[in-house]
This record gives sequence, C-alpha cells and structure tokens, in this order.
Amino acid sequence: MFEIDAKGSYYRDLNNKVRDAISKGEKEITLKNINGQYYIGDGLREKVSIIIEGVPGNDLAAFMDGPTIRIKSNAQDNIGNTMNSGKVIIEGNAGDVLGYGMRGGKLHVRGDVGYRVGIHMKGDKKQAPTIVVGGTAGDFFGEYMAGGLLILLGLDENDPRPIVGDYLGTGMHGGMIFIRGEVDEKLCGAEVGIMDPDADDLKVLKAALTDYCNDLGLNLDEIMKKSFKKLIPVSLRPYGNLYAY
Amino acid sequence: MFKSLAPPEYLATIDREKCIRCKRCIQNCGWGVYSWGGDKILINTSKCVKCLRCYHYCPEEAIEIKDNPTKFKNNAYWSFHHIRNIKRQAETGGIPLTGMGSDQNYPILFDNLMIDACQVTNPSIDPLREPMELRTYLGKKPSSVKIEKGKDGKLKLQTKMPPQIKLDLPIIFSPMSFGSISLNAQKVLAMAAKECGTVMNTGEGGLHEDLFPYKSNIMVQVASGRFGVNPDYLNAGVAVEIKIGQGAKPGIGGHLPGEKIPLEVAKTRMIPVGTDAISPAPQHDIYSIEDLRQLIYAIKEATNYKPVSVKIAAVHNVAAIASGIVRAGADIVYLDGFRGGTGAAPSIIRDHLGIPIEHAIAAVDDRLRQEGIRNEASIVAAGGIRSSADAAKAIALGADACAIATSALITMGCTTCGKCYTGNCSWGITTQRPELTARLDPEVYAERLINLLHAWTHELKEILGALGINSIDSLRGNRERLRGIGLDTQTLDILGVKPAGR
Amino acid sequence: MNHNYQKDISGCGLTGLISKKKNRLSGSHIVKSLCLMNDRGNGLGAGYAAYGIYPEFKDFYAFHIMYDEPSVRWTVEEYLKSNYHLEKIEEIPTFPVKAISISPLLVRYFMKPLKDKLVGDIQEADFVVNTVMKVNSEIEGAYIFSSGKNMGAFKGVGNPCDIAEFFRIEDYEGYIWTAHTRFPTNTPGWWGGAHPFTLLDWSIVHNGEISSYGINKRYLEMYGYKLTLLTDTEVAAYLLDLLIRRHGLDIPTACLALAAPFWKNIDNKDEDEREALTALRQAYGSALLNGPFSILFGHSKGLVGINDRIKLRPLVAAIKDDITYMASEESAIRAICPTPEKVWAPRAGEAVIVNLED
Repeated sequence: MFEIDAKGSYYRDLNNKVRDAISKGEKEITLKNINGQYYIGDGLREKVSIIIEGVPGNDLAAFMDGPTIRIKSNAQDNIGNTMNSGKVIIEGNAGDVLGYGMRGGKLHVRGDVGYRVGIHMKGDKKQAPTIVVGGTAGDFFGEYMAGGLLILLGLDENDPRPIVGDYLGTGMHGGMIFIRGEVDEKLCGAEVGIMDPDADDLKVLKAALTDYCNDLGLNLDEIMKKSFKKLIPVSLRPYGNLYAY
Repeated sequence: MFKSLAPPEYLATIDREKCIRCKRCIQNCGWGVYSWGGDKILINTSKCVKCLRCYHYCPEEAIEIKDNPTKFKNNAYWSFHHIRNIKRQAETGGIPLTGMGSDQNYPILFDNLMIDACQVTNPSIDPLREPMELRTYLGKKPSSVKIEKGKDGKLKLQTKMPPQIKLDLPIIFSPMSFGSISLNAQKVLAMAAKECGTVMNTGEGGLHEDLFPYKSNIMVQVASGRFGVNPDYLNAGVAVEIKIGQGAKPGIGGHLPGEKIPLEVAKTRMIPVGTDAISPAPQHDIYSIEDLRQLIYAIKEATNYKPVSVKIAAVHNVAAIASGIVRAGADIVYLDGFRGGTGAAPSIIRDHLGIPIEHAIAAVDDRLRQEGIRNEASIVAAGGIRSSADAAKAIALGADACAIATSALITMGCTTCGKCYTGNCSWGITTQRPELTARLDPEVYAERLINLLHAWTHELKEILGALGINSIDSLRGNRERLRGIGLDTQTLDILGVKPAGR
Repeated sequence: MNHNYQKDISGCGLTGLISKKKNRLSGSHIVKSLCLMNDRGNGLGAGYAAYGIYPEFKDFYAFHIMYDEPSVRWTVEEYLKSNYHLEKIEEIPTFPVKAISISPLLVRYFMKPLKDKLVGDIQEADFVVNTVMKVNSEIEGAYIFSSGKNMGAFKGVGNPCDIAEFFRIEDYEGYIWTAHTRFPTNTPGWWGGAHPFTLLDWSIVHNGEISSYGINKRYLEMYGYKLTLLTDTEVAAYLLDLLIRRHGLDIPTACLALAAPFWKNIDNKDEDEREALTALRQAYGSALLNGPFSILFGHSKGLVGINDRIKLRPLVAAIKDDITYMASEESAIRAICPTPEKVWAPRAGEAVIVNLED
C-alpha cells in the first residue's frame, strides 16, 4: 500500500506522483485528503488499484484503460468519460454526465447520479461497458445509447423522487437498460421499447449485479426481489425518415 | 407509385449510334441510372447526379449529361432549388440533405483580394533557384525564448518548448471520417500526407488499423459521438482535435446514415451495423467554456501533453469564441468557414448558417493580437480553399496553415456533385459499398494528390518570390501585402486590408 | 490597429563607425564618409546619430522633438513636465543653409521620469517608451525623434551635406556614429521620415525595404508598440527593443532571430543548436525581417551591422586601430580611413557586432 497525501496539491503534480508510483511498481495506491483534483486516473493503462479519500474532481477516469478506482465518498461530474476498461466504484453519489461515450469497464455507484448518465455508450462483441446506479438518475439517462449495459436500481425505497427522469433512452440505437420497478412510458424516448426481461436477460443482469453487490456489500437477493424492466431500441435507425434524399 | 413532381436536374443521354452496348456505364454508375433492356441501355435519368463517372468510362464518348432543359418557369426570386425542395418536402416530410460546401451565390471574398508583388523598390526572388521556405510549425509558441551560450560557444535552449507539429507546407487535410469517406480515400490522404510532410485528420470515426503505419502524419479527432476513442487512439497521432463544430453545419451534429455503416465502419466506431451513427450537436460534457478547458486538459493528461486542436465553425461571434478556446488551453484553433464541405448536412443549415472563413480569420487573428495571445495558439483556416492563392490569402489574413478536403477529394475523382450522404459515390470516395470503394486504388490516387500538393507548393513559392520574401513566416498575417477590390469600407476594415490603389 | 496608411518606401546609403576605446570623434568624419555616397540618396532625407555627445547630461534622457508649429510645443511640454524632471530645455542649434528653406521647430530636453510616476512594476525604460509612443501617436504635429541617454539623432529633409551643415554635425563629438542618405520614392517632405530611427538608446539606419513589414508591424502592436512613422525601418528599432531589452536575448541571438538561418542549415546543426535555433524561429517567426536590407544599429554599448539572409543589400566592414567602420560601399570607408588593417564583406545574415570596451 502506497499513500499519497494530496492535501492542497494541484492535479498535475498529483497525477505525476501517481504515474511515478505506478512506474515504480506500486499496485495499490491510496490518495488521502483529496478535494477537487481533476483528471485522477486519466489515460492510465496499468491494472492498479487506487483508493480515494475525499471528493475527487471532474473527469476522473477519463480515457482510463485498466485501473480500479474506489471513491469512498461522493464524486463530481464527468466520471469515466470515454473510459475503455477498468472500474470505478463510488460509495456515495455522483454528478452529471457519467460514462459519456464509455467503451468498456464498469462504473458502480452506490447512491444517486445526475443528468445525462450513460449517454452515447458503445459496445461490441469484444467489450462493452456497464454502469450500475444504486439510487436514482436524472433526465437523459442512456441518451444515444449504442451499446453496453445500464442498470438503475432505486434502492432507497423511502426516496419520494421518481427513479429516473424524462427523455429516458432518447436516441437509443443499441445496448440495453434495466430499470428496477416499473417504467413510465411517457418518460421514454420514441426509440425505446419497454419489455420484461427473459431468462437470458436475467442472467446478464444477475452477473452484473453480483459484481456490484460484492463491491458495495449489498445483498443480491434483496435487490432481485423486485422485478425489472428491460429497455432496448425498437429501431436500428430511429431517424431513417428524417431526411429527404 | 406517385411520380415525384420534382423534375430531374439532369438528363443522361446516350448517342445510340455511338453506343457499342459494352455496358460499362451500367457497371460504373453507383446510382442505378443505367440498366440493360435486352437490346439497349435503359436510362432512369431521375437518379442521375451528374458525377460524370459514366462519361469518363464510356469508351465511345457516347454519353452526355445535360442540365435538364425542362425547368420551372424563370423566376428571379423562386429559384429552381426553392421550388424543388418544397416539392420534395411535400412528398416526404423530410429535411433535404446535401453534401459538399455551400454552392450558393454568396460573395466570395477570396476573389476580391489581390496579392502584392515587388517591382524595383524591393526585389522579387527567384523561387526555383534561391531558398524559399514553407515549413510551418503548428502549436503554442512561447512569447520569448531563453537561449544561453555554452562554454563551447554553442547555443543551448533554456526554455521548455510546447509540442509542435512540423509541416513541410502550410496545408493539411481536413478531418473526414472512415464512414463518411471510404478507407481507401483515407489511405490516399494518409499516404499523401506522409509523402508531402503534412497531416491528415481521422475525423470522428476512429482509426482503422490499416492507417497505423501513417501515425506520425495523422491527427485524431474526438467529437461528440466519441467514436473509436480509446487510449491507443488518443496517443496514436501527432495531436488530438476536439471537434465542436463544422462550417457546413454550425451548431448541429453529425449524422452518418446507416447505408454507410457496414461491419468495418461499425467495428471502428463500436456501434451496431447499419444504425445511423449520431454525433450529437453538442459534446455533452461541454456546455460552457470551462468545460472545454476540462476536456482539453483531460486529453492532455491522457496523452502526456500532446497538442490539442479545437475545431469550430466560423460563426458571428467567432473572435470571442476563439479567444476563449485559446485561453482554455488549446494549441491550435481550427476555423471552418461556411463554405466548408460535409458528407451530409441539411441544405437549409449549410446554406444559411455561419460566416465566410475570410472574415473569421481576420477577426480571430485581430482579436488574439489585441489580447496579446496570438502566439498561444496556431490558427488553421478551412472552408473552401480552392487553390494555392486562396491559401496564400488566408495565410496573409492571419492563418498559420490551411486545411483542404474538397480539393483533395477532387484529385480522387470527385466532381462536387454533392450527393455524398447517399453512400453511392461512383468514384469510391464517399461510399462504403465494396464494389465502389475498390475503384479507388490508394497507390494510384495518392500519386495524384501528391501531385496537387507539389503543384501548390510550387505556386506558393512563386507567390512568396513575387512578394520578395523567402519564408512563409513573413506572409503570415502580412495583410499589408493584400488589397481589396470592390469591397466596401467596412469589409476592408474588418479584413484589415487597404483597397487596391492605396 | 490602423492598417489604412500608405507605407513609405525608399532606397539609400548608410555608414557608421565605432571607437571601441570610446575615443570621441568629431562628426566631420562621418559627414565626409556619407557625402561620398551622395548618389545613393536623392536629397530628400539624411540624418546622423551619435553616442557620447552629451557627457555633461549622461544620466538624463535626451529627447529631441520636432514641432510642426510652436503651439504644439506647449501641449507636449505640459505633458512632459507632469511626468518628468526637466533638467534643461533648449532649441537644437541650427545654422542657415541655402537648400533648406523650411524646417520644423527643433527642441531638446534633458530629463528624468519623476520618481512617483514609476509605480508598481513599471521600469524606467518602459515609462520612457510609453511617453514616446503616446506623444508620437496622439499629439499631432509633435514627434520625438530621439530619446536615449548621452546620444542623439539629427535628421531632416535635405542632402547629407546640407543636413550636416544645418545641424553643424562636425561640432559634436561621439564614439559611435551612424549616418544615412535617403532616396524616398515618394515626396513626403516630412523631417520625421528621415533616418536614423531611434527609441531609447537604439538607433537604426537602414537600406532596403522590409517586405515582411506588415506582419512585423502587427507583431509589435501585440506588444504595445505604436508604429506611427509609416516606414519599415521603424520596425527594426522596435524589434530590437523587444527582443533585447524586454525578452532578454543577447545581441547575437537577437540577430539570429531577425535574420534567421534557413531551416536547411538549422537541420544540419548538432542537436542542441538545432533545438535552440528551431525554437528561436518558432517563437520569432513574425519578427523575421524578410526582404532586402542592410542595417546598422547603434546602442549605448556598441554598434551592430547586419544584412538580410540572402544578401540583397550591400554591407562592407573595415578595421583600423580601435575603430570599426561599416558602410554600404567600401569607398565610403576609404574616404575617412584610406588604409584599413582589414576590409571584408560580411556574409548574408551574419552580424558584425562591436562592443565598447568597459
């Protein structure tokens, strides 16, 4: 375990220290006294583990390709921007635009997330990203989705807010969204079809949630007690008729 | 089926006496204009776009493509295109798409600017036998450098220089993605870039593995769709470009129709085959200038500080926007004028939004100088550079380099027919249909593009020679060597050039 | 940024000399040298600059100002008095010359910025430069044509001998002299248009036309210089001020920026030098002086001669004892130094740098 005290340090210095530690062979790095430093983990490609104490700044894990980052508090905006592989575990809430253009790896959020989460996610046979959110999400969840897996749980039964905002999956043309509980059709984009998951879907869902529960100490069976809805695109070409050729 | 009331624009005709029924026209036309009727070629002229592929490949010169003499009644206000578009919209409810830069009759400032030449009081220079330098470095420059003399009397640089992209001529290729153009067309660009010492730009479609050998002549692009963006990609080229906008469609996103997304394109973009690839209008992580700064530095952190270019469409407030981009940390500001090309844009957007590149260069260069930050970023100007003269004028107005796309495609056979969005390009350029892309032999066409760049290089040197300067450095921003003809006082003032005769 | 001016162009001849040991020489030498090249000018402008001529006021900035009409003088002096301590004010002595019928009012001032005006980071030299820029660009009819310490420029419309006689150049004694005869291709009839051009201790005489003027001007404007003289020589003076005084380059390095080696030659250097010269060209591309020129520039510590990088204008240098001569033509040197120890023509872009001994 290697510790870096980040108190008052600027992101460039901090990230240089992290890169330096990795190049010296450190596998587990704890960043103490983090508050607002941008770009932690950006572009890192080694399979290291980074634990963050404090609230990290925006664009954490952007273009990241390997590391596992655990954030022991809330996190800010733009986490996992165009991330390629690796994992980010957030024990608290996270902000807007999580996993934008994400191509692989996992984002596990215990709490709530903001607007435009999981938008423009990609995926193919070789790799696909997964985002699991324990709480609620804002509008434009899964907008432009082209691949990957988005799971929204709404675990806090006492939260009076709706589990998800408006314009759910608008522009979706690939990938899959699971939402725990019922989904109001009025919130969905025109491109989205709502259906019940079949046995294969449930396998995929369970596999993803098992990992999620392990990371965050949650009970899988409890979560699975409530039924899920599956959202997939109804058309590969939602805008095929928009143009006059 | 209801026959379209929008009359065909062109009449494809075959001289039946000359026709030997070799069927080459049928093979060559990507649009399905020609078919075999058992004893003769049949023509469906409503499909013709006048790309002239058939004309060039007819061995008997039997084919002629005429403008349709049947037009709507002449009307100076209701043009053919206005009426035709309304009819098409009435029939489909859709937005008429178009390819290429705007073909509308707006004033062309380049054509109203004349370049100076030396006579007597200072000498012109013979560009063929005396040194003439076009080398250009794109990137942030320090306002001053510190150089010390070592004990051995040799100079030693003390300033840490920001990364620079070295160009042997001040012309680069504009971004065109794999998807919007064929892989073979991208290869032509990459090969020519390597040979001529310049760079091509991947556009937003990822980097196909076939282009890896050309990495040191490639700039990669990150746009709102984030297609093909991974750490390998970001680190592959000499720089990373963030695309905010495009001159042909300022403020709106990209839309690559499913027809142009076969397996290879889908793989490179990591999306399903045959879907429409959507690049949203905004980058959803940039809703304000500080967000741009955030993305610029995220990319720099992920690439060990490669230069970052930010591409914007030339719009009304371009000077202030460019200033913000420079202050946000960009190394290059890429300005795309409204004449800039596109693979697909609604014609209503293409023909009515944005401003010409000439105004934009002048306004941005002025603003950056007024703020004392002109050295902080290079300016790349694009959007309808048709010749080396356009490039020279753009550079004299203040650009560091120009980017060309349409000019490069024309060397590959493009005739600016403007139907790129259909995916049927008979020249194999803006299509993914294998039988069409196979026509574009990269080796053969790279040679032609290299020839073009060599010719422009010679021409630029001739221009510099006539101006009596032997380095492109001394043309850049040297508006004293331009004069306007037929331009009003205010335009001259914006351009910072005197009228001819002064 | 005003672009709508008409740039002045001219051909010319130049000459200069420096005594390394600071022996003060009468102006008669330089006059003789310049007058030999009378045919390089056309009688529409000549001038002289000399260093070491005001030893009794060597700690004061010597402003030479020309006024088109006396009324402007009071405006300028009001402004100067509110910013400077004025040690002495006097009209520059002039003497009637038949060929020169009209001349502006010529006044010189020995002065120092008031202490309380130099607040914050403002350096004394910057303060003086700002004054020169302000007066020359904002007060019509007034023109500061000399602003250094213990040096001065004397110039006007006329041929070299007439201007020399008008100012009685032979009465001044200096250890660096430069001089210039001019062949303007238009007829501005303005005394300020003659060379030398000066700013602080920098003085420039220049032969040729700087074809890169347009970008050099816009580059300097970014750093707050106001180019008011409508002539390309001005940019050389300001570029030297910027590169040497403000950016801290030494003189040889500044010369490498202004008359940069070709990329081909830079590429052939070893790594360190290649890196240094590449950076220099990258940073100072807009400061490159392009087109035909030979330039002499004097400053408080020495004299430098340089010509353009493909040698489109002549420059000859010679040495005798502690004196170095530089001129457009060898004969201009031989006129005052018939038997130099060494005569040579510097190569293209190669600076001849002579420093005063301490």
